[in-house]
Amino acid sequence: MTGTDGTLTGKAMTLTSGEPHGGLTVAFWATLKRDLVLLLRRRSEVMNPLVFFAIVITLFPIGISPDPQLLAAIAPGLLWVAALLAALLSLDSLFRADYDDGSLEQLLLTPQPLALLALAKVAVHWLLTGLPLALMAPLLGIMLALPAGSYAVLAVSLALGSASLSLIGAIGAALTVGLSRGGVLLSLLVLPLYIPVLIFGAGAVQAAILGDGVMAHLAILGALLALALILAPLAIAASLRISING
Amino acid sequence: MWAFIHKLGSPKWFYGISARLQPWFWVAALILIVVGSIWGLAFAPADYQQGNSFRIIYVHVPAAFLAQSIFVSMAVSAVIFMVWKIKIADMAAAVMAPLGAAMTFVALFSGAVWGVPTWGTWWMWDARLTSMLILLFLYLGVIALRGAFTSRDSASRAASVLAMVGVINIPIIKYSVDWWYTLHQPATFTITSRPTMPMEMWLPLLIMVLGFYSFFIALTLMRTRSEILRREANKRWVRELAGEAN
Repeated sequence: MTGTDGTLTGKAMTLTSGEPHGGLTVAFWATLKRDLVLLLRRRSEVMNPLVFFAIVITLFPIGISPDPQLLAAIAPGLLWVAALLAALLSLDSLFRADYDDGSLEQLLLTPQPLALLALAKVAVHWLLTGLPLALMAPLLGIMLALPAGSYAVLAVSLALGSASLSLIGAIGAALTVGLSRGGVLLSLLVLPLYIPVLIFGAGAVQAAILGDGVMAHLAILGALLALALILAPLAIAASLRISING
Repeated sequence: MWAFIHKLGSPKWFYGISARLQPWFWVAALILIVVGSIWGLAFAPADYQQGNSFRIIYVHVPAAFLAQSIFVSMAVSAVIFMVWKIKIADMAAAVMAPLGAAMTFVALFSGAVWGVPTWGTWWMWDARLTSMLILLFLYLGVIALRGAFTSRDSASRAASVLAMVGVINIPIIKYSVDWWYTLHQPATFTITSRPTMPMEMWLPLLIMVLGFYSFFIALTLMRTRSEILRREANKRWVRELAGEAN
């Protein structure tokens, strides 16, 4: 500890000597940046959920009826369910590549808390899946004759809700990453936990169409997100440890 | 206190004590269920609105009670297993899951049968039916996850994490589904407040609920004992036990 003046307390000195400077924030941003770069170099993986979303939405008018009135009535639910499934589809690969090439083990070995690093990975998943889905949803809403005035609410509710979906889903992804065929199991574990988000997300759009206040729905979505933000990273970290050591 | 808990956690000791407890719970379950059924089905007065069809309550409500309590017991066992590494807790959680799923199914099925005379339909998307259905999916997820791992230790820990995540989500799911839609009659049975139904109807219901709980405890003890034998098959005391039996 050369160069530090004598006024530093012992506690501060052990902190600065034990960790690299600004360890926690640096590790978080480094993980975030690494994952962003990795995913942006595999564009098709980012595009696939969006294409899936568009195709599933196309199936409904073909399967049910092209009648705009009928479609308008079920559009909020359809858009939400399809976006939820698209986000779910991409979850399986959230930790898969890192698990296969061993970088997940390196994450476990870092001195920084695993929960925080997992949060960075989930944030990337949301940035490249949830957010694009939310931005794309109004476009598909037009095709489903979604009534005017609910487009902004649709995008906002999806952006808020998909963050919770990414967090909750990551628990399932972490639990199943060590299994060779975890995909179907992942949806079995995660979908029941998605129901509250779906209820309030689709409810917000429905309320916007009916002209009711949407703030209550959005506030509850925000509350769910706050809760998931606190608890899910811990569960993800515990699950990753189980999957790696198992 | 701690010594007692650790003693309880020893499979050998638990195997012995449960052998002594088990018959009492079986006897209690048998007496309570037989008395409750006969009283409830034959002697309790018919409902002034629903006639005799209300008697399904004597199966439906105890099963629904158990369905929820078993999930909570399973999650408590999971916490005990994860925090103190007590193997017995995990064995109990493992045998509880199928029983809980079965009880949830019984509650759903009896509810559907009850729905025909009262609502005129087998299935109604009302709040309590829906949250029971979601509870069934949560049970199936836990069972499937436990079955998916080849290593027993990973399976135990993964199922424990999922049980804990599930039990945090159950109230959220329940309230969001309640909010979503409610059509079911208000709760018919509470211990804390004065019963709204006449005493002659309520007492057999109480007896049935107690009988179902005794049945659950007896069955859990019995199945945990066989789970102990299966997992500890290589231990000396189990081999000695088998040697004596032959």
